[in-house]
Amino acid sequence: MVHVSATPVLALRGVSKRFGAVQALTDVELEVHAGEVVALVGDNGAGKSTLVKTIAGVHPIDDGVIEWEGRGVQINKPHDAQALGIATVYQDLALCDNIDVVGNLYLGRELRKRGILDEVEMERRSRELLTTLSIRIPSVRIPIASLSGGQRQTVAIARSMLGEPKLVILDEPTAALGVEQTAQVLDLVERLRERGHAVILISHNMADVKAVADKVAVLRLGRNNGVFDVKTTSQEEIISAITGATDNAVTRRAARNAEVQK
Amino acid sequence: MSTDKTSPADKADPTEPIHLDKPHEAPVDAPPAAGEAVTAVDPRLLVREQGFAGYLSEFKRKMKAGDLGSLPVVVGLIVIMAIFQSLNSNFLTAGNLSDISVAMVGTGMIATGIVFVLLLGEIDLSVGSVSGVAGATFAVLNVTHGMSEWLALVLAILTGTVAGAIHGFVFARIGVPAFAVTLAGLLFWNGFMLQVLGSNGTINLDSEGLVAKLTSYYFSDVAAAYGLAAVAVVAFFLTSFLDSRRREAAGVPSRPLSEIVLRTVLLAVPAVGAAAVYNQYKGLPLAVVLFLAVLVLTDFVLRRTAYGRKVFALGGSIEASRRAGINVVMIRTSIYAISGTFAAIGGLFLASKITAANQGAGSGELLMNAIAAAVIGGTSLFGGRGRTWNALLGVLVITSIQYGLALQGIASPIQYMITGGVLLATVVIDAVTRKTQKSAGRA
Repeated sequence: MVHVSATPVLALRGVSKRFGAVQALTDVELEVHAGEVVALVGDNGAGKSTLVKTIAGVHPIDDGVIEWEGRGVQINKPHDAQALGIATVYQDLALCDNIDVVGNLYLGRELRKRGILDEVEMERRSRELLTTLSIRIPSVRIPIASLSGGQRQTVAIARSMLGEPKLVILDEPTAALGVEQTAQVLDLVERLRERGHAVILISHNMADVKAVADKVAVLRLGRNNGVFDVKTTSQEEIISAITGATDNAVTRRAARNAEVQK
Repeated sequence: MSTDKTSPADKADPTEPIHLDKPHEAPVDAPPAAGEAVTAVDPRLLVREQGFAGYLSEFKRKMKAGDLGSLPVVVGLIVIMAIFQSLNSNFLTAGNLSDISVAMVGTGMIATGIVFVLLLGEIDLSVGSVSGVAGATFAVLNVTHGMSEWLALVLAILTGTVAGAIHGFVFARIGVPAFAVTLAGLLFWNGFMLQVLGSNGTINLDSEGLVAKLTSYYFSDVAAAYGLAAVAVVAFFLTSFLDSRRREAAGVPSRPLSEIVLRTVLLAVPAVGAAAVYNQYKGLPLAVVLFLAVLVLTDFVLRRTAYGRKVFALGGSIEASRRAGINVVMIRTSIYAISGTFAAIGGLFLASKITAANQGAGSGELLMNAIAAAVIGGTSLFGGRGRTWNALLGVLVITSIQYGLALQGIASPIQYMITGGVLLATVVIDAVTRKTQKSAGRA
C-alpha cells in the first residue's frame, strides 16, 4: 500500500531519560520510516510525552542513541530538531487567536519584501498549502478565534508542514474534537503519509489508532511493551499491552494456581 | 448572507465520509471543493462575493459578529458634536474645531504610545510622569543651560525612551507585573521632574522657540491644507488600487474597484472637510500634521512589518509567540520604550501649549485621559486588537467633551463624570463585542 524505505527516518536505540528520582524512560526503542504512521500509545505516565519531548529536543536524552536517516545525531534543543526536519504539533496548539490564518501559518517566519510583509505572497502560498492538504476553512483571512476546534487543529498541522519536515509529531491531535473534526484530522494524517512524511501520532483513542496508523508502539512504565502491526493485531491485544493485562494480580494468581495444581 | 449563522462549521458535511471505527480502506477521496475551485475556501461558509454586493454583505456579517471596529466611536463622536452644537452654536465653528485639534495632539501622542502597550494586553501608568520629565528636561537644558533647541529636544525625547526601556526591561526580564513597575515609574519620574525643575518650579520657554512653534505654527497658505488632503486621498487610492491589482495577479481575493472608490470617498470627505475648516481659521496646524504623520508611520509599522506582526502575536498568545521563535523579552522592552518615547513627545506638545514647564505637568487627569483615549478609540484592553488611529478618534472624543463643556461654562467635576461615563460605555462595548465575537466565532 505505502512504500516504506529501508532506513528509518528516525530510530531510537536504548533511549533512557531520568528526572531526579524518576526513571521516565528506560531503554526505549522506536523506528519510524518515511511514509509511515506510527502510533505511540500508553497509559497516563507511560512516558509518551517525555519520549516525544526528547525527540523534539525539549528534554535531551541521558542514555542511548538517536539515529536520523541512519546516522547518530544529538538533539539538545528544539532548534536542533527543527534543523533536522522534525516538526511537532503540541496538544495546546499555540496559535494566536487574534491573528488570521495566514499570519498564524507564517508566524515567526514571515515573508518579507524590502522589509515589508509580503502579504500577497504569504496568502497565495497559504492557499496553495491548504489546497494541497485539502484543508477547508472559511477564509484564510479570518482570525483563528472564528475557527472550530478541528479547523484549528488542521491549521496547526498545516503550520508544521511549512518547513517541509521529514517527521511530524502529533500530540493527541483528536483529543478535544467532535466526530466530524476528528475525521478531518485523520484524513489529514493520511495525506501526510501519502506525501511521504513520517508521522508519530500520540493518541488515547484506539479507534483513531486503528484508522490511520501502520504500526503501534506501546509504552508502559517508561519501557517498550511491544510494537504491533495494526492490520494483524486486535484492539484487545493492544489494550492489554497498554494496561499490562498480561502481568497483573489476576494473571499472576492464575499462573500460581496452575503451578499448585500440577 | 445571513445563512452563515445557520450553518455552523462543525455541522456534518455530506461530502465528507466518516470512518472512525472501521479500519481504513482507501480513505482519501479528494473533496470536491478542493477539486473544482481554484481556492481552498469552504463552500459552506463566508465566501465573499466579488463586487460591491459582496462588500456590503461582508460588512453586515462583521457587524453581526461583533466586529464593530471604530464604528461606535465614530457614531459617538457625531452624537457628542451634535449635542454640543445644539447647546452652543459656537461649538462647530472653525476656530473652536481648530483649537480642539491642536489641543488634542499632546494627549493624542501619549495615547498612541498607550495603544502599543494595550496591544500587548499590558498597561503603562508612568506615561503622565514621563511626559512631565520630557518637558522639564527640555526646559532645563535649553533655557537654564543654554543648549541648542534641537539637541535639547532630542535629549528630552530620549529621556522618555530610556525611562520606558527601563520599565520594559524590569517587566519583561525580571517578570515584575507591568502595573507595579509603571506605578513605581509614575512616582519616581514625577519626583525626578520636580527635582530637575528645582526650587523655582516653573521654567518659561521661549514663546518663539522650536517647542512653542509645535502648537503655535500654522501653515497659513490655503494650498497647504487642501494639498495635504489631496495627497492623502490620492496616496490612499493608489496604494489600495495597486495592492488590489497585485492580489488579483496573484490569484487571491482582491477588493473590487467599487469598494476602493467607496473607501477613498469615505476618506476624502473628512479630509477635505477638515482642510476647509482649517483654512477658514488660521490654516493647517503644524501639530496636526505631525500627529497624522506619526499615526501613518505607527500604523504602517504595526500592520506591514514583521515587528508589528510580533506585537500582535504577543497580544494574542505569549506561548505561541515563544514557540514561533519570537524574542518576547526584546519585544516587550521595545514596546515600553516606544510608549515612553511617545509620552515624551506628548509632553513636549503639552509644554508647548503653555510655553512652560511647570510642576503640575504630567499629573492630574492626563494619564487617565491618555489611557481613556486609546480605549475609547477602540483599542481592546484584552490585547491583540487595535490600531494607532484609535488614539486619534479617542482623543478627539475626550477633547471635544472638554471644549464643549468649557464653552457651556460647566466646571471640571461634571467634565470628569461625563468622560468617565463615556469611558465606561466604551469598555462595556469592548467587553460585549469580545463576547459576541466569541459566540459568533463559529458562524
